Amino acid sequence: MVAVKLWGSLRDLAEGHDVVEVEARNFKELLDALVAKYPALKPQIDRGVSLAVDGLVYRNSWFTEVKPDSEVVLMPYMKGG
Amino acid sequence: MKNIHVSTTLNGDEAEFVCAPEETLLDALRNRLGLSGAKEGCGTGDCGACTVEMDGRLVCACLVLGAEAQDAQIKTVEGMAIGEALHPLQQAFIDHAALQCGICTPGILVAAKNLLERNPDPTDTEIRYWLAGNLCRCTGYDKIIKAVQIAAADMRGA
Amino acid sequence: MNFQSNTKTDFKVIGTRVPRPDGVDKVTGRALYGADYNVPGMQVGLILRSPHAHATIDSIDVSAAAALPGVKAVITSADLGIPEDEGLRDVQDNCLARGKVLYDGHAIAAVAAKDVATAKAALKLIKVEYTLLPHVTDVDEAMKLDAPVVQEARADESVPAGSGPNVTHFCEFGHGDLDAGFALAETIVERSFTTAATHQGYIEPHACLASYGNDGKADLWCTTQGQYFVRDLCSGILGIEGSQLRVTASEIGGGFGGKTTVFIEPVALALSRKAGRPVKIVMSRVDVFRATGPTVSSSMDVRIGMTKDGRITAAEAKLRYQGGAFPCGTVDMGAQAAFAAYDLQAVRTQGWNTLTNRPKEAAYRAPGAPMAIYAVESVVDELCQKLSLDPLDVRILNAADAGTKSSYGPTFDQIGLRATLDAAKAHAHYQAPLGENQGRGLSCGFWFNFGGNTSVSLAINADGTVGVTEGNPDIGGSRASISMMAAEELGIPYEKVRTIITDTSSLGQNDVTDGSRVTFAVGLATIKAARAAIQEMCGRVAKIWGIDADAVVWEDGCAKPSGPNAGDFEPMTLAEIAAISSETGGPIAGHHEVNAEGAGVSFGVHLADVEVDPETGSTRVLRYTVFQDAGKAVHPDYVEGQMQGGAVQGIGWALNEEYIYGEDGRLQNAGFLDYRIPVASDLPNIDTVILEIPNPGHPYGVRGVGETPIVPPLAALSNAVSRAIGVRLNALPMSPPKILKAVMSKD
Repeated sequence: MVAVKLWGSLRDLAEGHDVVEVEARNFKELLDALVAKYPALKPQIDRGVSLAVDGLVYRNSWFTEVKPDSEVVLMPYMKGG
Repeated sequence: MKNIHVSTTLNGDEAEFVCAPEETLLDALRNRLGLSGAKEGCGTGDCGACTVEMDGRLVCACLVLGAEAQDAQIKTVEGMAIGEALHPLQQAFIDHAALQCGICTPGILVAAKNLLERNPDPTDTEIRYWLAGNLCRCTGYDKIIKAVQIAAADMRGA
Repeated sequence: MNFQSNTKTDFKVIGTRVPRPDGVDKVTGRALYGADYNVPGMQVGLILRSPHAHATIDSIDVSAAAALPGVKAVITSADLGIPEDEGLRDVQDNCLARGKVLYDGHAIAAVAAKDVATAKAALKLIKVEYTLLPHVTDVDEAMKLDAPVVQEARADESVPAGSGPNVTHFCEFGHGDLDAGFALAETIVERSFTTAATHQGYIEPHACLASYGNDGKADLWCTTQGQYFVRDLCSGILGIEGSQLRVTASEIGGGFGGKTTVFIEPVALALSRKAGRPVKIVMSRVDVFRATGPTVSSSMDVRIGMTKDGRITAAEAKLRYQGGAFPCGTVDMGAQAAFAAYDLQAVRTQGWNTLTNRPKEAAYRAPGAPMAIYAVESVVDELCQKLSLDPLDVRILNAADAGTKSSYGPTFDQIGLRATLDAAKAHAHYQAPLGENQGRGLSCGFWFNFGGNTSVSLAINADGTVGVTEGNPDIGGSRASISMMAAEELGIPYEKVRTIITDTSSLGQNDVTDGSRVTFAVGLATIKAARAAIQEMCGRVAKIWGIDADAVVWEDGCAKPSGPNAGDFEPMTLAEIAAISSETGGPIAGHHEVNAEGAGVSFGVHLADVEVDPETGSTRVLRYTVFQDAGKAVHPDYVEGQMQGGAVQGIGWALNEEYIYGEDGRLQNAGFLDYRIPVASDLPNIDTVILEIPNPGHPYGVRGVGETPIVPPLAALSNAVSRAIGVRLNALPMSPPKILKAVMSKD
């Protein structure tokens, strides 16, 4: 099980939790598991999210490994200029 | 009105072109004479990207009519290098990273060359005020001023 | 990918100041930008734009225009389909209005004609019937429940019930117990701020040349930060496959984020398709201001609590952004970046985006961050003044560091903030005395930076030179840095390497040049492509020597036996190996495709000294120093250039630049005369100090640097001016009339 930290405004879409536990070994499995557990998260995930795993930010890399003791933080998909 | 036939001197060479009465010198240079070094950044004389020298004076080519080039001496960035040799300003700009995107560079080079011909040993302040009509958005001007000083010293020394 | 264990440190080429490869072309006028390209038979394209801030389009009659001799095509949105994808539909609707015009300058129709005069005459013949609608341009006005509705039903699921009809998005970040945190504070400051929209101000207007063949294949030449993205957007809008459209990026005359999308390109392609001729469109400066992508404007509230020793106990921000007439996600970035420089137990940022009758926002260096951090750094400075604490010491006391749980969630790894703060504290600038009417201000700055899709191909030419092919327009000197990294990796002189930027018919996908990603991501891919080529070369040499491939190593530009046991062979140089590539198996190359991750964040600190003339309100910047962590400065001149250029953009933003809308909802200052960007005589030298705290995610430790420098100037100048005049300012820009008003209100 991986603990995923959600940002504040996603809490309401995850039944008030800001940390949720899912079964996942990589980025894609993690997102799929989040949507399966909390379908209200789907629109934001479809719009795009990044994942910070142990401090490094990944934008949309399905096979990025996620370990049970990884710090995993969901972030909006980032844009620059 | 019909198109106007213009005879002029361009970077030391005799040149002729035909242009509409309302056409600017900038458009004539770019569209009639194939010289795209001068750029249109604004079309209203505010940015200096179209700076050329006309009879020894700096002008915004977007504010000069093509027809006004009749019998004038026009100098553009394309005339600065002599054969293989870059002008010291051009070399200094490359050596000291005084350009990034380079769109303002032709105008600034023409303006700086004109300054150094009038004042071979300008202060930083004099350079900054001379170039105040040439907008640059990439560099913050710091390396441009330094490159002009280096070229000026080079030209005084040589 | 973590390179921490083997981040290179002994460099031969990296860190030197080599001449840039595009330099000669740019100083001689030979370089070709967007408007410099011409083809036979090309037509002039011009766009008709709305003079109204908000109106329905009841009818458009193009018949007279189309019938004008010399006109080859006239188009409106009716000539395009309606994309299913919401984001693409918004891009298209911004390029050509559908049903309603949403801002002054919104494109409605376009013509292609044999020359400018004919095209202008044709535009005049297009008859448009409008019904005017009430408009709204101010962010707080637009958020009200009774505001004019810009677009129906564009709110996403994040928007709280009871929000106004123009609010499209809400976000919240942070952690900890705010109430408990504020209870621990001995002083609390709460302030509201506003910032105006600004424009990237690139000197080169958007320009493109589209050539659509009767066989459905098209070519597009355009000035852009991302030719592959332009291909994706345009092919989607035109309903063709990406492979049928080849997009070539010209040299770019400045972008800063504003050229990461399309405005005129789909229009030029649609005109060319209909006309059966090439069509060139060059935007006027007026249209660039009215109808490309400025920043958001903002209204913000910040509350911070501090102990008398300077420790921040709680921090809260509310950010209200407007991104024009289409939904925009920039407030997410601002809300995450706002408190990034601080190690906080209790922090919360909330952000709202609202629609207005203004042009569609586009990125401008660290989009969303400058205004948010301006507000935060202003309040921190005010607290320092109230508590008589040194502003730099307070930043150091509260600085985020390795192991800090950031205000936006992840725990930081190695970061350079503390190093930049320490460097600022030790610098002579911080100790220099100040005179009358002078003030010193500072601010931290931050940007995330990222990686993204990148493809690089590296060819070892038979003559021993190397060609690197990459897909990212060079907006800051990256071609030089890419060549340097290839040269470093291969162990050959920089002069032997040439990097070119290809069009979309080559290589795999490349994300746009943004997010300060090129030196990081393209550099990383280049290093890997070089390593692949090295592996191939070692394999060739192994065959020549008759030993195993893993008994050959690469060192100093040569293949060598790995040790005495491998055999006694003379090293072979890259040139020698290349010369016999044909005989040993064929051409030698390496390539690498990656969705690069692990970009490092970049922190900076700026110090600004100003003098304010109390009679005119005019501000002179006396001294300015930029401290920034670059991870590893591949080419120090170009890193300095980014620091200086970004800082000056921020200075303009702080002191003078703003979009001014009239009561009629029309832009009042659409030109460089009245939208006043800094000129050479406004500024002192911009001193720079580069710190290098390597990013473990890159083989050489590189961090992106291009965006962070625009962030600190806003508050650095506001803090400096506030201290100089003895009145705290809370709105940008601090143009002379506004400063004068504040000075006079003091007495």
